[in-house]
Amino acid sequence: MGSARLYAAVAVGGFRRYATYRAATAAGVFTNTVFGLILVYTYLALWDERPHLGGYDQTQAVTYVWLGQCLYATLAIQGGGVEKDLMARIRTGEIAIDLYRPADLQLWWLAGDLGRALFQTLGRGVIPFAFGALFFRMALPTDVTTWAAFLVAILLAMVVSFGIRYLAALSMFWLMDGTGVNQAVMVLGIFCSGMALPLNVFPGALGDVVRALPWAAQLQMPADVLMGEADPLGAYAFQAAWAVVLLAAGRLVQSAATRRVVLQGG
Amino acid sequence: MGEISRVGEGLRAYRLIAAMWVRSAMTYRASFALTAFGNLMVTGLDFVAILLMFSQVDSLGGWSLPEVAFLYGLSATAFGIADLLLGSMDVLGTRIRDGSFDTLLVRPAPVLAQVGADHFALRRLGRITQGALVLAWGLLAVDADWTALKVLLVPVMLISGAAIFCALFVAGAAFQFVAQDAAEVQNAFTYGGTTLLQYPPTVFGKDLVRGVTFMLPLAFVNWVPAAYVLGRPYPLGLPEWAAFASPLVAVAVCGLAGLAWRAGLRSYRSTGS
Repeated sequence: MGSARLYAAVAVGGFRRYATYRAATAAGVFTNTVFGLILVYTYLALWDERPHLGGYDQTQAVTYVWLGQCLYATLAIQGGGVEKDLMARIRTGEIAIDLYRPADLQLWWLAGDLGRALFQTLGRGVIPFAFGALFFRMALPTDVTTWAAFLVAILLAMVVSFGIRYLAALSMFWLMDGTGVNQAVMVLGIFCSGMALPLNVFPGALGDVVRALPWAAQLQMPADVLMGEADPLGAYAFQAAWAVVLLAAGRLVQSAATRRVVLQGG
Repeated sequence: MGEISRVGEGLRAYRLIAAMWVRSAMTYRASFALTAFGNLMVTGLDFVAILLMFSQVDSLGGWSLPEVAFLYGLSATAFGIADLLLGSMDVLGTRIRDGSFDTLLVRPAPVLAQVGADHFALRRLGRITQGALVLAWGLLAVDADWTALKVLLVPVMLISGAAIFCALFVAGAAFQFVAQDAAEVQNAFTYGGTTLLQYPPTVFGKDLVRGVTFMLPLAFVNWVPAAYVLGRPYPLGLPEWAAFASPLVAVAVCGLAGLAWRAGLRSYRSTGS
Protein backbone atom coordinates (compact mmCIF):
# COMPACT_ATOMS: atom_id res chain seq x y z
CA MET A 1 0.00 0.00 0.00
CA GLY A 2 2.81 2.35 0.94
CA SER A 3 4.59 1.79 -2.34
CA ALA A 4 1.44 2.61 -4.33
CA ARG A 5 1.38 5.94 -2.51
CA LEU A 6 5.02 6.50 -3.37
CA TYR A 7 4.52 6.00 -7.10
CA ALA A 8 1.36 8.09 -7.03
CA ALA A 9 3.43 10.88 -5.50
CA VAL A 10 6.04 10.49 -8.22
CA ALA A 11 3.29 10.69 -10.86
CA VAL A 12 1.92 13.85 -9.25
CA GLY A 13 5.45 15.24 -9.32
CA GLY A 14 5.70 14.47 -13.03
CA PHE A 15 2.39 16.19 -13.62
CA ARG A 16 3.39 19.31 -11.69
CA ARG A 17 6.84 19.52 -13.20
CA TYR A 18 5.33 20.01 -16.65
CA ALA A 19 2.39 22.07 -15.40
CA THR A 20 4.90 24.70 -14.24
CA TYR A 21 5.66 25.88 -17.76
CA ARG A 22 2.43 27.62 -18.68
CA ALA A 23 3.73 29.75 -21.54
CA ALA A 24 5.46 26.71 -23.05
CA THR A 25 2.19 24.78 -22.80
CA ALA A 26 0.25 27.56 -24.50
CA ALA A 27 2.92 27.70 -27.21
CA GLY A 28 2.57 23.95 -27.69
CA VAL A 29 -1.21 24.23 -28.03
CA PHE A 30 -0.75 26.89 -30.69
CA THR A 31 1.83 24.84 -32.61
CA ASN A 32 -0.26 21.67 -32.52
CA THR A 33 -3.28 23.61 -33.78
CA VAL A 34 -1.32 25.10 -36.69
CA PHE A 35 0.12 21.72 -37.68
CA GLY A 36 -3.33 20.18 -37.33
CA LEU A 37 -4.72 22.75 -39.77
CA ILE A 38 -1.99 22.08 -42.35
CA LEU A 39 -2.45 18.31 -42.06
CA VAL A 40 -6.24 18.46 -42.20
CA TYR A 41 -6.16 20.26 -45.55
CA THR A 42 -3.62 17.84 -47.04
CA TYR A 43 -5.65 14.86 -45.81
CA LEU A 44 -8.85 16.35 -47.20
CA ALA A 45 -7.13 16.74 -50.59
CA LEU A 46 -5.90 13.17 -50.36
CA TRP A 47 -9.30 11.75 -49.43
CA ASP A 48 -10.90 13.92 -52.10
CA GLU A 49 -8.80 12.08 -54.63
CA ARG A 50 -9.36 8.64 -53.09
CA PRO A 51 -12.50 8.46 -50.96
CA HIS A 52 -12.39 5.66 -48.36
CA LEU A 53 -8.61 5.47 -48.54
CA GLY A 54 -7.43 3.04 -45.86
CA GLY A 55 -11.05 2.37 -44.92
CA TYR A 56 -11.60 5.89 -43.57
CA ASP A 57 -14.07 8.42 -44.85
CA GLN A 58 -13.22 12.13 -44.82
CA THR A 59 -14.61 12.85 -41.37
CA GLN A 60 -12.60 9.95 -39.98
CA ALA A 61 -9.44 11.21 -41.66
CA VAL A 62 -10.04 14.63 -40.09
CA THR A 63 -10.63 13.03 -36.68
CA TYR A 64 -7.39 11.10 -37.06
CA VAL A 65 -5.43 14.32 -37.70
CA TRP A 66 -6.71 16.11 -34.61
CA LEU A 67 -6.29 13.03 -32.46
CA GLY A 68 -2.68 12.87 -33.61
CA GLN A 69 -2.13 16.49 -32.58
CA CYS A 70 -3.87 15.77 -29.27
CA LEU A 71 -1.65 12.78 -28.49
CA TYR A 72 1.59 14.15 -29.95
CA ALA A 73 2.96 15.50 -26.69
CA THR A 74 1.06 13.01 -24.52
CA LEU A 75 2.78 10.02 -26.09
CA ALA A 76 6.03 11.97 -26.68
CA ILE A 77 5.86 10.65 -30.23
CA GLN A 78 9.06 12.36 -31.27
CA GLY A 79 10.65 11.79 -27.87
CA GLY A 80 11.12 14.41 -25.19
CA GLY A 81 9.40 12.77 -22.24
CA VAL A 82 11.10 11.66 -19.03
CA GLU A 83 13.63 9.65 -21.04
CA LYS A 84 15.53 12.90 -21.64
CA ASP A 85 15.96 13.37 -17.87
CA LEU A 86 16.90 9.73 -17.43
CA MET A 87 19.51 10.01 -20.18
CA ALA A 88 21.00 13.09 -18.56
CA ARG A 89 21.18 11.30 -15.20
CA ILE A 90 22.91 8.30 -16.73
CA ARG A 91 25.44 10.50 -18.49
CA THR A 92 26.31 12.51 -15.40
CA GLY A 93 26.29 9.46 -13.12
CA GLU A 94 23.46 10.82 -10.98
CA ILE A 95 21.68 7.59 -11.80
CA ALA A 96 23.70 6.04 -8.94
CA ILE A 97 21.60 8.08 -6.51
CA ASP A 98 18.40 6.73 -8.10
CA LEU A 99 19.69 3.21 -7.57
CA TYR A 100 20.09 3.83 -3.84
CA ARG A 101 16.46 4.76 -3.49
CA PRO A 102 14.16 2.19 -1.89
CA ALA A 103 12.05 2.22 -5.05
CA ASP A 104 11.98 0.30 -8.27
CA LEU A 105 13.84 2.23 -10.97
CA GLN A 106 11.52 1.32 -13.84
CA LEU A 107 8.31 1.90 -11.89
CA TRP A 108 9.68 5.20 -10.62
CA TRP A 109 10.26 6.53 -14.12
CA LEU A 110 7.04 5.00 -15.43
CA ALA A 111 5.05 6.82 -12.73
CA GLY A 112 6.82 10.09 -13.55
CA ASP A 113 6.14 9.65 -17.26
CA LEU A 114 2.47 8.82 -16.70
CA GLY A 115 2.12 12.01 -14.67
CA ARG A 116 3.76 13.93 -17.51
CA ALA A 117 1.54 12.26 -20.09
CA LEU A 118 -1.58 13.05 -18.12
CA PHE A 119 -0.63 16.70 -17.91
CA GLN A 120 0.18 16.87 -21.62
CA THR A 121 -3.22 15.37 -22.47
CA LEU A 122 -5.07 17.96 -20.42
CA GLY A 123 -2.71 20.87 -21.00
CA ARG A 124 -1.76 20.40 -24.61
CA GLY A 125 -4.09 17.84 -26.14
CA VAL A 126 -7.64 18.83 -25.33
CA ILE A 127 -7.62 22.32 -26.88
CA PRO A 128 -6.34 21.42 -30.38
CA PHE A 129 -8.79 18.50 -30.42
CA ALA A 130 -11.68 20.73 -29.37
CA PHE A 131 -10.61 23.29 -31.98
CA GLY A 132 -10.72 20.58 -34.62
CA ALA A 133 -14.15 19.40 -33.48
CA LEU A 134 -15.43 22.97 -33.55
CA PHE A 135 -14.28 23.91 -37.05
CA PHE A 136 -14.27 20.60 -38.92
CA ARG A 137 -16.67 17.70 -39.28
CA MET A 138 -15.34 14.85 -37.19
CA ALA A 139 -16.43 11.26 -36.65
CA LEU A 140 -16.92 11.20 -32.89
CA PRO A 141 -18.86 8.56 -30.98
CA THR A 142 -21.95 9.61 -29.06
CA ASP A 143 -22.00 6.79 -26.52
CA VAL A 144 -20.06 6.87 -23.27
CA THR A 145 -18.77 3.32 -23.55
CA THR A 146 -16.75 4.04 -26.70
CA TRP A 147 -15.19 7.08 -25.04
CA ALA A 148 -14.37 4.96 -21.99
CA ALA A 149 -12.87 2.26 -24.21
CA PHE A 150 -10.84 4.98 -25.93
CA LEU A 151 -9.45 6.25 -22.60
CA VAL A 152 -8.25 2.74 -21.73
CA ALA A 153 -6.56 2.51 -25.14
CA ILE A 154 -4.79 5.83 -24.48
CA LEU A 155 -3.57 4.62 -21.10
CA LEU A 156 -2.13 1.47 -22.69
CA ALA A 157 -0.60 3.62 -25.43
CA MET A 158 1.13 5.69 -22.74
CA VAL A 159 2.69 2.56 -21.24
CA VAL A 160 3.88 1.28 -24.65
CA SER A 161 5.33 4.69 -25.45
CA PHE A 162 7.19 4.69 -22.13
CA GLY A 163 8.43 1.14 -22.77
CA ILE A 164 10.06 2.21 -26.03
CA ARG A 165 11.61 5.38 -24.65
CA TYR A 166 12.86 3.65 -21.49
CA LEU A 167 14.79 1.16 -23.59
CA ALA A 168 16.17 4.02 -25.66
CA ALA A 169 17.27 5.85 -22.51
CA LEU A 170 18.98 2.77 -21.05
CA SER A 171 21.15 2.55 -24.16
CA MET A 172 22.98 5.54 -22.67
CA PHE A 173 24.75 3.17 -20.27
CA TRP A 174 26.66 1.87 -23.28
CA LEU A 175 26.63 4.79 -25.68
CA MET A 176 27.17 7.81 -23.41
CA ASP A 177 25.89 10.09 -26.18
CA GLY A 178 22.18 10.20 -26.85
CA THR A 179 22.11 12.13 -30.13
CA GLY A 180 21.79 9.12 -32.39
CA VAL A 181 19.30 7.35 -30.14
CA ASN A 182 17.15 10.45 -29.89
CA GLN A 183 17.12 10.76 -33.65
CA ALA A 184 16.12 7.12 -34.00
CA VAL A 185 13.32 7.60 -31.46
CA MET A 186 12.11 10.59 -33.45
CA VAL A 187 12.25 8.96 -36.90
CA LEU A 188 10.62 5.72 -35.79
CA GLY A 189 8.09 7.53 -33.61
CA ILE A 190 6.83 9.91 -36.27
CA PHE A 191 6.86 7.39 -39.07
CA CYS A 192 5.78 4.13 -37.42
CA SER A 193 3.15 5.51 -35.04
CA GLY A 194 1.11 6.89 -37.92
CA MET A 195 1.86 10.53 -37.18
CA ALA A 196 3.03 11.20 -40.75
CA LEU A 197 0.22 9.20 -42.36
CA PRO A 198 -2.33 6.76 -40.89
CA LEU A 199 -0.84 3.27 -40.85
CA ASN A 200 -3.83 1.78 -42.67
CA VAL A 201 -2.88 3.93 -45.69
CA PHE A 202 0.60 2.39 -45.91
CA PRO A 203 0.60 0.08 -48.92
CA GLY A 204 1.41 -3.63 -49.11
CA ALA A 205 4.03 -5.38 -47.02
CA LEU A 206 5.28 -2.09 -45.57
CA GLY A 207 1.79 -1.57 -44.17
CA ASP A 208 1.70 -5.08 -42.68
CA VAL A 209 5.03 -4.49 -40.97
CA VAL A 210 4.30 -1.07 -39.46
CA ARG A 211 0.89 -2.24 -38.24
CA ALA A 212 2.55 -5.08 -36.31
CA LEU A 213 5.22 -2.94 -34.63
CA PRO A 214 4.77 -1.51 -31.11
CA TRP A 215 4.40 2.05 -32.45
CA ALA A 216 1.05 1.02 -33.94
CA ALA A 217 -0.21 0.73 -30.34
CA GLN A 218 0.32 4.45 -29.82
CA LEU A 219 -1.81 6.45 -32.24
CA GLN A 220 -3.42 4.00 -34.66
CA MET A 221 -5.04 1.79 -32.01
CA PRO A 222 -6.63 4.53 -29.88
CA ALA A 223 -7.83 6.26 -33.07
CA ASP A 224 -9.45 3.10 -34.38
CA VAL A 225 -11.06 2.38 -31.02
CA LEU A 226 -12.47 5.92 -30.88
CA MET A 227 -13.87 5.75 -34.39
CA GLY A 228 -15.25 2.22 -34.00
CA GLU A 229 -12.86 0.83 -36.61
CA ALA A 230 -11.24 -1.65 -34.22
CA ASP A 231 -12.63 -4.04 -31.65
CA PRO A 232 -11.49 -2.63 -28.29
CA LEU A 233 -10.57 -6.03 -26.84
CA GLY A 234 -8.40 -6.89 -29.82
CA ALA A 235 -6.72 -3.48 -29.62
CA TYR A 236 -6.10 -3.89 -25.87
CA ALA A 237 -4.60 -7.33 -26.43
CA PHE A 238 -2.20 -5.92 -29.04
CA GLN A 239 -1.25 -2.95 -26.86
CA ALA A 240 -0.93 -4.96 -23.64
CA ALA A 241 1.22 -7.60 -25.35
CA TRP A 242 3.67 -4.96 -26.56
CA ALA A 243 3.58 -3.21 -23.17
CA VAL A 244 4.56 -6.44 -21.41
CA VAL A 245 7.28 -7.27 -23.93
CA LEU A 246 8.79 -3.78 -23.78
CA LEU A 247 8.64 -3.47 -20.00
CA ALA A 248 10.17 -6.94 -19.58
CA ALA A 249 12.93 -6.05 -22.04
CA GLY A 250 13.44 -2.83 -20.10
CA ARG A 251 13.89 -4.82 -16.89
CA LEU A 252 16.38 -7.13 -18.52
CA VAL A 253 18.46 -4.33 -19.96
CA GLN A 254 18.20 -2.41 -16.72
CA SER A 255 19.63 -5.25 -14.65
CA ALA A 256 22.45 -5.71 -17.15
CA ALA A 257 23.10 -1.97 -17.07
CA THR A 258 23.06 -1.59 -13.30
CA ARG A 259 25.56 -4.40 -12.94
CA ARG A 260 27.72 -2.31 -15.21
CA VAL A 261 27.37 0.73 -12.96
CA VAL A 262 28.63 -1.27 -10.00
CA LEU A 263 31.56 -2.48 -12.07
CA GLN A 264 32.47 1.08 -12.96
CA GLY A 265 32.22 2.05 -9.33
CA GLY A 266 29.51 4.65 -10.01
CA MET B 1 28.80 54.23 -43.10
CA GLY B 2 28.45 53.24 -39.46
CA GLU B 3 25.60 50.92 -40.34
CA ILE B 4 27.70 49.15 -43.00
CA SER B 5 30.72 48.64 -40.78
CA ARG B 6 28.40 47.22 -38.12
CA VAL B 7 27.06 44.69 -40.58
CA GLY B 8 30.64 43.78 -41.52
CA GLU B 9 31.52 43.42 -37.87
CA GLY B 10 28.47 41.22 -37.34
CA LEU B 11 29.34 38.93 -40.23
CA ARG B 12 32.91 38.65 -38.96
CA ALA B 13 31.72 37.75 -35.46
CA TYR B 14 29.25 35.26 -36.91
CA ARG B 15 31.98 33.62 -38.98
CA LEU B 16 34.37 33.33 -36.03
CA ILE B 17 31.77 31.86 -33.67
CA ALA B 18 30.41 29.49 -36.31
CA ALA B 19 33.95 28.32 -37.12
CA MET B 20 34.50 27.59 -33.45
CA TRP B 21 31.39 25.40 -33.30
CA VAL B 22 32.40 23.63 -36.49
CA ARG B 23 35.86 22.89 -35.06
CA SER B 24 34.31 21.51 -31.88
CA ALA B 25 31.91 19.31 -33.87
CA MET B 26 34.76 18.05 -36.04
CA THR B 27 36.57 16.75 -32.97
CA TYR B 28 34.21 13.79 -33.12
CA ARG B 29 34.06 13.12 -36.84
CA ALA B 30 32.19 9.83 -36.68
CA SER B 31 29.55 11.36 -34.44
CA PHE B 32 29.25 14.31 -36.83
CA ALA B 33 28.79 12.05 -39.84
CA LEU B 34 26.16 10.01 -38.01
CA THR B 35 24.15 13.00 -36.83
CA ALA B 36 24.31 14.61 -40.28
CA PHE B 37 23.00 11.39 -41.76
CA GLY B 38 20.34 11.18 -39.04
CA ASN B 39 19.31 14.73 -39.85
CA LEU B 40 18.90 13.77 -43.47
CA MET B 41 16.72 10.84 -42.41
CA VAL B 42 14.53 12.91 -40.11
CA THR B 43 13.81 15.52 -42.75
CA GLY B 44 13.54 12.94 -45.51
CA LEU B 45 10.57 11.40 -43.75
CA ASP B 46 8.11 14.06 -44.75
CA PHE B 47 8.98 13.43 -48.38
CA VAL B 48 8.54 9.71 -47.80
CA ALA B 49 5.08 10.54 -46.45
CA ILE B 50 4.36 12.44 -49.68
CA LEU B 51 5.63 9.47 -51.72
CA LEU B 52 3.34 7.18 -49.73
CA MET B 53 0.43 9.49 -50.48
CA PHE B 54 1.26 9.36 -54.18
CA SER B 55 1.43 5.57 -54.02
CA GLN B 56 -2.34 5.84 -53.50
CA VAL B 57 -3.25 8.78 -55.74
CA ASP B 58 -2.04 10.33 -59.00
CA SER B 59 -2.41 13.94 -58.02
CA LEU B 60 -2.87 16.05 -54.89
CA GLY B 61 -4.92 19.22 -55.26
CA GLY B 62 -4.49 18.77 -59.01
CA TRP B 63 -0.67 18.73 -58.86
CA SER B 64 1.44 15.78 -59.97
CA LEU B 65 4.25 14.18 -57.97
CA PRO B 66 7.11 15.93 -59.87
CA GLU B 67 5.36 19.28 -59.36
CA VAL B 68 4.92 18.62 -55.63
CA ALA B 69 8.57 17.49 -55.50
CA PHE B 70 9.53 20.81 -57.08
CA LEU B 71 7.56 22.72 -54.42
CA TYR B 72 8.97 20.49 -51.70
CA GLY B 73 12.56 20.84 -52.91
CA LEU B 74 12.34 24.63 -53.07
CA SER B 75 10.75 24.95 -49.65
CA ALA B 76 12.96 22.38 -47.93
CA THR B 77 16.22 23.71 -49.38
CA ALA B 78 15.39 27.37 -48.66
CA PHE B 79 14.35 26.43 -45.15
CA GLY B 80 17.45 24.26 -44.75
CA ILE B 81 19.71 27.20 -45.57
CA ALA B 82 17.91 29.43 -43.07
CA ASP B 83 18.01 26.65 -40.49
CA LEU B 84 21.76 26.22 -40.98
CA LEU B 85 22.39 29.96 -40.62
CA LEU B 86 19.98 30.84 -37.80
CA GLY B 87 18.34 27.59 -36.69
CA SER B 88 19.83 27.75 -33.21
CA MET B 89 18.09 31.00 -32.38
CA ASP B 90 15.42 29.15 -30.43
CA VAL B 91 18.04 28.61 -27.72
CA LEU B 92 17.56 32.29 -26.96
CA GLY B 93 14.64 31.62 -24.62
CA THR B 94 16.77 29.25 -22.54
CA ARG B 95 19.60 31.79 -22.44
CA ILE B 96 17.22 34.49 -21.26
CA ARG B 97 15.81 32.22 -18.55
CA ASP B 98 19.14 31.01 -17.19
CA GLY B 99 20.69 34.48 -17.38
CA SER B 100 23.52 33.51 -19.73
CA PHE B 101 22.15 35.96 -22.30
CA ASP B 102 23.75 38.76 -20.26
CA THR B 103 27.22 37.52 -21.13
CA LEU B 104 26.41 38.01 -24.82
CA LEU B 105 25.44 41.62 -24.16
CA VAL B 106 28.78 42.58 -22.67
CA ARG B 107 30.86 41.02 -25.44
CA PRO B 108 32.18 43.44 -28.07
CA ALA B 109 30.26 41.91 -30.98
CA PRO B 110 26.73 42.41 -32.32
CA VAL B 111 24.27 40.36 -30.26
CA LEU B 112 22.31 39.12 -33.28
CA ALA B 113 25.48 37.64 -34.79
CA GLN B 114 26.34 35.96 -31.49
CA VAL B 115 22.88 34.47 -31.03
CA GLY B 116 22.67 33.43 -34.67
CA ALA B 117 25.99 31.60 -34.58
CA ASP B 118 25.34 30.08 -31.16
CA HIS B 119 25.53 26.27 -31.43
CA PHE B 120 26.11 26.58 -35.19
CA ALA B 121 25.65 23.01 -36.44
CA LEU B 122 27.08 21.89 -39.75
CA ARG B 123 25.10 18.65 -39.43
CA ARG B 124 22.13 20.69 -40.66
CA LEU B 125 23.69 20.31 -44.11
CA GLY B 126 21.76 17.02 -44.00
CA ARG B 127 18.49 18.91 -44.41
CA ILE B 128 19.85 21.02 -47.28
CA THR B 129 21.22 17.92 -49.01
CA GLN B 130 17.90 16.14 -48.75
CA GLY B 131 15.95 19.15 -50.01
CA ALA B 132 18.41 19.70 -52.87
CA LEU B 133 18.14 16.07 -53.96
CA VAL B 134 14.35 16.26 -54.12
CA LEU B 135 14.61 19.62 -55.91
CA ALA B 136 17.05 18.20 -58.47
CA TRP B 137 14.71 15.30 -59.18
CA GLY B 138 11.72 17.66 -59.36
CA LEU B 139 13.55 19.95 -61.81
CA LEU B 140 14.35 17.02 -64.10
CA ALA B 141 11.00 15.29 -63.84
CA VAL B 142 8.72 18.30 -64.05
CA ASP B 143 7.07 19.07 -67.38
CA ALA B 144 7.88 22.79 -67.83
CA ASP B 145 8.74 24.93 -70.84
CA TRP B 146 12.14 26.05 -69.63
CA THR B 147 13.26 29.53 -70.64
CA ALA B 148 16.38 31.38 -69.53
CA LEU B 149 14.21 33.50 -67.23
CA LYS B 150 12.70 30.45 -65.56
CA VAL B 151 16.10 28.83 -65.06
CA LEU B 152 17.36 32.05 -63.51
CA LEU B 153 14.35 32.25 -61.23
CA VAL B 154 15.21 28.99 -59.43
CA PRO B 155 18.34 30.24 -57.59
CA VAL B 156 16.57 33.58 -56.95
CA MET B 157 13.73 31.66 -55.31
CA LEU B 158 16.15 29.70 -53.12
CA ILE B 159 17.99 32.80 -51.90
CA SER B 160 14.83 34.85 -51.36
CA GLY B 161 13.14 31.90 -49.68
CA ALA B 162 16.09 31.40 -47.35
CA ALA B 163 15.99 35.12 -46.50
CA ILE B 164 12.25 34.99 -45.78
CA PHE B 165 12.75 32.02 -43.46
CA CYS B 166 15.73 33.80 -41.82
CA ALA B 167 13.44 36.75 -41.12
CA LEU B 168 11.01 34.32 -39.45
CA PHE B 169 13.78 32.97 -37.22
CA VAL B 170 14.84 36.49 -36.19
CA ALA B 171 11.25 37.60 -35.58
CA GLY B 172 10.65 34.45 -33.55
CA ALA B 173 13.71 35.17 -31.46
CA ALA B 174 12.52 38.76 -30.93
CA PHE B 175 9.20 37.36 -29.74
CA GLN B 176 11.04 35.32 -27.13
CA PHE B 177 12.13 38.49 -25.37
CA VAL B 178 8.45 38.93 -24.59
CA ALA B 179 7.32 35.33 -24.21
CA GLN B 180 10.50 33.81 -22.73
CA ASP B 181 9.64 30.10 -22.59
CA ALA B 182 7.32 29.96 -25.58
CA ALA B 183 9.97 28.96 -28.14
CA GLU B 184 7.53 26.50 -29.65
CA VAL B 185 5.36 29.24 -31.10
CA GLN B 186 8.24 29.87 -33.45
CA ASN B 187 8.08 26.25 -34.63
CA ALA B 188 4.52 26.77 -35.80
CA PHE B 189 5.77 29.40 -38.25
CA THR B 190 9.16 27.98 -39.22
CA TYR B 191 8.60 24.22 -39.37
CA GLY B 192 4.88 24.73 -39.95
CA GLY B 193 5.63 27.17 -42.76
CA THR B 194 7.98 24.85 -44.59
CA THR B 195 5.53 21.94 -44.19
CA LEU B 196 2.72 24.08 -45.58
CA LEU B 197 4.75 25.10 -48.63
CA GLN B 198 5.56 21.48 -49.44
CA TYR B 199 1.98 21.01 -50.63
CA PRO B 200 0.25 22.81 -53.51
CA PRO B 201 -1.69 25.98 -52.61
CA THR B 202 -4.83 24.42 -54.11
CA VAL B 203 -4.91 22.03 -51.16
CA PHE B 204 -5.53 24.76 -48.62
CA GLY B 205 -8.48 26.96 -47.78
CA LYS B 206 -8.57 30.36 -49.44
CA ASP B 207 -8.24 32.25 -46.15
CA LEU B 208 -5.14 30.31 -45.21
CA VAL B 209 -3.58 31.04 -48.63
CA ARG B 210 -4.49 34.70 -48.23
CA GLY B 211 -2.88 34.76 -44.80
CA VAL B 212 0.42 33.28 -45.99
CA THR B 213 0.48 35.57 -49.03
CA PHE B 214 -0.36 38.98 -47.61
CA MET B 215 0.17 38.75 -43.84
CA LEU B 216 3.06 36.31 -43.55
CA PRO B 217 4.34 36.28 -47.15
CA LEU B 218 5.48 32.66 -47.22
CA ALA B 219 3.80 32.15 -50.59
CA PHE B 220 6.72 34.04 -52.18
CA VAL B 221 9.16 31.29 -51.13
CA ASN B 222 7.78 28.93 -53.75
CA TRP B 223 4.02 28.96 -54.47
CA VAL B 224 3.92 32.17 -56.52
CA PRO B 225 7.25 31.90 -58.42
CA ALA B 226 6.77 28.14 -58.92
CA ALA B 227 3.37 28.80 -60.48
CA TYR B 228 5.17 30.92 -63.08
CA VAL B 229 7.81 28.26 -63.76
CA LEU B 230 5.22 25.49 -64.08
CA GLY B 231 2.78 27.63 -66.04
CA ARG B 232 0.02 27.12 -63.47
CA PRO B 233 -2.58 29.66 -62.39
CA TYR B 234 -1.28 31.91 -59.62
CA PRO B 235 -2.80 31.48 -56.18
CA LEU B 236 -5.43 34.19 -55.51
CA GLY B 237 -5.16 35.37 -59.13
CA LEU B 238 -2.09 37.51 -58.42
CA PRO B 239 -0.64 39.52 -61.35
CA GLU B 240 2.15 37.96 -63.40
CA TRP B 241 4.95 40.16 -62.05
CA ALA B 242 4.27 38.79 -58.56
CA ALA B 243 6.45 35.80 -59.46
CA PHE B 244 9.46 38.12 -59.52
CA ALA B 245 8.59 39.94 -56.31
CA SER B 246 10.24 37.37 -54.01
CA PRO B 247 13.53 39.32 -53.54
CA LEU B 248 11.61 42.49 -52.68
CA VAL B 249 9.39 40.61 -50.25
CA ALA B 250 12.50 39.06 -48.70
CA VAL B 251 14.15 42.46 -48.21
CA ALA B 252 10.97 43.87 -46.68
CA VAL B 253 10.43 41.03 -44.17
CA CYS B 254 14.12 41.04 -43.22
CA GLY B 255 13.83 44.76 -42.51
CA LEU B 256 10.74 44.22 -40.37
CA ALA B 257 12.36 41.34 -38.52
CA GLY B 258 15.41 43.53 -37.85
CA LEU B 259 13.18 46.22 -36.35
CA ALA B 260 11.38 43.63 -34.22
CA TRP B 261 14.74 42.30 -33.02
CA ARG B 262 15.87 45.81 -32.01
CA ALA B 263 12.63 46.46 -30.17
CA GLY B 264 12.94 43.12 -28.39
CA LEU B 265 16.54 43.71 -27.43
CA ARG B 266 15.69 47.16 -26.04
CA SER B 267 12.89 45.72 -23.92
CA TYR B 268 15.17 43.07 -22.44
CA ARG B 269 15.56 43.07 -18.71
CA SER B 270 17.94 40.60 -17.13
CA THR B 271 16.56 37.90 -14.86
CA GLY B 272 18.79 39.34 -12.19
CA SER B 273 19.86 35.92 -11.05
